[in-house]
Amino acid sequence: MIRHDYSRVDPKRRTHIDPKKRQFAKAEFQQQNYEHRLNFYILPPTAEITLEEFETWAINRLKVLSELEACSFRNRSPEETSEYMTSILNKYLPLRSNSSRSQSLQDERKKDHYSHFILRLAFSATEDLRRRFSRLETMLFRLRFKDDDLRERQEFVRSLNLEWEEVKEDEKRELRDELVAASRSKKGEEQDWFKVDWERVPELVEQRKVLLKRGKAYVPQREQMSLVVAEFTKRLDEALELTARALPRLDEDDRLAPILSHLSQSFNAPDAAYSSSDASIDGLSIITANAIDTLSQNFPLCMQNLHMTLRANSHLKHYGRLQYTLFLKGIGLSLEECIVFWRRSFKLMTDDKFQKEYKYNVRHAYGDVGGDANRRGRGYTPYSCQKILTEPVPGPGQAHGCPYRTFTSDNLTSLLQRVGINDRDVLKTVKEDVSKQRYHVACNRVFEHTHKREIKKVKDDGTWSATDLDTIVHPNTYFKRSWLLKHLGEGNAGIVNGEKMEE
Amino acid sequence: MPHSVTPEPTPGGDSSRTISQATMDPESPDIPMADAPSPAEAETTKVNLEELFNDEDSDAEFGSSAPLIKSEEEPSQPEPIKITSKSTYSDPEIMRAFYQRLFPFRYLFQWLNHSAVPSNDFAHREFAFTLPNDAYLRYQSFPTADMLRRQCIQMLPSRFEIGPVYSTNPRDRKTLRKASAFRPLAKELVFDIDMTDYDDIRTCCTGASICHKCWAFITMAIKVVDVALREDFGFKHIMWVYSGRRGAHAWVCDKRAREMDDAKRRAIAGYLELLKGGDQGGKRVNVRRPLHPHLDRSLNILKEHFQSTILAEQDPWAEDKSAHLLNLLPDPTLRSALQKKWDSSPSRPSASKWSDIDNVAKSGALSKTSRDLLEAKQDIVLEYTYPRLDAEVSKKLNHLLKSPFVVHPGTGRVCVPIDTRKVEQFDPLGVPTVTQLLTEIDEWEDDESEKKVQDWEKTSLKPYVDYFRGFVAGLLKEEKEKSGIKREREENGEAMEF
Repeated sequence: MIRHDYSRVDPKRRTHIDPKKRQFAKAEFQQQNYEHRLNFYILPPTAEITLEEFETWAINRLKVLSELEACSFRNRSPEETSEYMTSILNKYLPLRSNSSRSQSLQDERKKDHYSHFILRLAFSATEDLRRRFSRLETMLFRLRFKDDDLRERQEFVRSLNLEWEEVKEDEKRELRDELVAASRSKKGEEQDWFKVDWERVPELVEQRKVLLKRGKAYVPQREQMSLVVAEFTKRLDEALELTARALPRLDEDDRLAPILSHLSQSFNAPDAAYSSSDASIDGLSIITANAIDTLSQNFPLCMQNLHMTLRANSHLKHYGRLQYTLFLKGIGLSLEECIVFWRRSFKLMTDDKFQKEYKYNVRHAYGDVGGDANRRGRGYTPYSCQKILTEPVPGPGQAHGCPYRTFTSDNLTSLLQRVGINDRDVLKTVKEDVSKQRYHVACNRVFEHTHKREIKKVKDDGTWSATDLDTIVHPNTYFKRSWLLKHLGEGNAGIVNGEKMEE
Repeated sequence: MPHSVTPEPTPGGDSSRTISQATMDPESPDIPMADAPSPAEAETTKVNLEELFNDEDSDAEFGSSAPLIKSEEEPSQPEPIKITSKSTYSDPEIMRAFYQRLFPFRYLFQWLNHSAVPSNDFAHREFAFTLPNDAYLRYQSFPTADMLRRQCIQMLPSRFEIGPVYSTNPRDRKTLRKASAFRPLAKELVFDIDMTDYDDIRTCCTGASICHKCWAFITMAIKVVDVALREDFGFKHIMWVYSGRRGAHAWVCDKRAREMDDAKRRAIAGYLELLKGGDQGGKRVNVRRPLHPHLDRSLNILKEHFQSTILAEQDPWAEDKSAHLLNLLPDPTLRSALQKKWDSSPSRPSASKWSDIDNVAKSGALSKTSRDLLEAKQDIVLEYTYPRLDAEVSKKLNHLLKSPFVVHPGTGRVCVPIDTRKVEQFDPLGVPTVTQLLTEIDEWEDDESEKKVQDWEKTSLKPYVDYFRGFVAGLLKEEKEKSGIKREREENGEAMEF
């Protein structure tokens, strides 16, 4: 039978679509010209870059984003954040204004553009990563928007062609008083307003900062930032969604995939400041189950609370157990000792019940059982403060979480008093920190108070550098630092110095 | 059980249709409710239900066996329900008659479905039933109005609530492979104003009881919120519903409102919310000057009410209660002057005390500017009159709210819509109770005209159902126009592609 294949190409024309030839044909893409310092990242990059650039640019941007995340996690105010970030941005991702007339203007912007899109590829795979990436990119954008040159920013906004209707002069005259009253500006202050659907500025509506008329919000010029930022986030979220869908069909040889997966992995846990070095503390002999009671004096409040609850009830609920087990694993308690510890702690329980219902979980946390991935990864990582702070708050009978966050002010005070903190000023400032949701600052404050003498000593001696006394963001770091400080002069003062906490 | 077999299957039927109650065959083809229970079928379910609910019947006078015997003696003819002073509003028979004969299922369906043809807007809508034994049954859904009606008649919920439209049928939520496939998509923006939030400033009643005096609080709240929703947010289809006892609900049904996410709902709630802090917090209104246009407009509406409702009727600072008023004044000199004056004549009514403030201030006992005093007085007016919303209800897309037209189990009153054009005339105590309505049906006399009359038309529920019908028609009209435009556009778009 003769097959009529109409889709076949006329042999004479075949050369034109020979894929091999196409691939090595000269790229028709051209370098983009970056007019503005800020970028909404609408067009993906099209020009070629080297593999090395691909990786370093991405890593640099990642560094910036992780620092930003650390800032938000440490509850730095916007001003503190922008101050802290200035040097980091200059180092890793400089971006100068047009007025600087710098030679490398275009290169900087290219790097910013490309690195954004590389990370987009790396972080679009899961919902979690997407949300986090979008949040941090928005923070970065906001930061840059704020310190952008006023005129250039205006031009940039205009170039976006957002559908904002400018309020005309006659309407402005007609609504003058209402506009002024709504936007909290001073009388006589000349201002411009935009008219947008109110749904685009819900925060301004909520705070009654804009005039509303028939579903339109009259947004004053100076509130423009929240509009632009909201638009940025919206577009980025949509684009990430699309990237995620396109990702499985990514057409590439296997040069990029490893880099991308490596990037997303390192982004997965930038805050888990825990490293295995935290587990090995020189001068601290091998920890046994019996030693936990003594060592618990060096525990941060969250773990002390768990320990005291465990001792009081001879039991801990699941999440408390998990949080505590991982912490103990982090300080170097071996699996065998850990099982002994729990067995003895649950003293009201039969052996049978313990074996059946509890032992497996401990082993699982250590990576002794479970799936391949779990065993290879040696179980779970000890929880960082961020993890503990963002977990669901404990319900009735549960004791996990961060006491600074979960306890009411009075209960927190009495808990602190129970662990020996009676200084009024400290208790008062801790209360203030907590009311501002700076749980972590409160915890560090308590640490500094309880180790006041030792910290002064190591500072005076110069044996510990400033980074060794950086803000604590991990319970295991708390323990390690506390233990070392309390055992100064036992031949371990220099140890922290020597090995540098991993970041 | 005289009413269990009423062969009157369509309170939601077309009003123009003529149905003869006595001779009508429930299976006759011209009845929209083809699936209405046949008498035999209804009889069996009824017996079961009787067994189920007898124990729950709180009314001791209605012995468990008495109605059963009666039902056997009586023929299955529509008989008036024996309504005695002893009947409680949630008696199974009363509820059954109410759902069978009075509840406007048809318009409720059209309202939630946004068109005459059954769609997912209705079919994926969550209903939650409160059963006579106080069990709470969530995630109910119905393909049509008839199915909803049927389950109401079968289960006799003391009330039911309306939730959001979900992405899939709520009844199928557990069969989904991914939990994320079941999420709320749309619901009317709702508001709840309840008299309990006014307990610290109303003097006429407390707790669950209300009178005409305190209903004025709800009236002014409706005025302020309604105008803000219309003028500021541009919503058109806003229905206010009496909650049956001492409050009101608002349903904002515009498509734009229905599709808002939680952030937008929160924004509107925040925009309308003014009073901050609890009872112990002292001054609860501290607004920035100049007043936001919304607050300025509200203040103008509320000023009169402050004079009439607060000063004259509520008299909140009578006798020794003037301390709170003093606390709200920022000026210590003025405060002590007023204190002295009122201590000597504590019986002065609130209106006089209110005007005393200005008089004493004018006589020189003022250490701050008169502008500060004016602003403080404005704040006081707002604190005593500005709507107190239960904002949490409005903030969540998936919050359930009691359906209009159900019976309030405590008062027996039907949750009727409030006509905002005549909001001042609305009388919560004049709203018909379910027993009253059923009596009205029985007392109704046919006026020889050929036109068949629906049961609800025979009662004082008629104006409310008519209002609801008009409201729903307006909503449907707009939905139709919108979808018409859309369809046209799509057609044009296609045409251009070719």
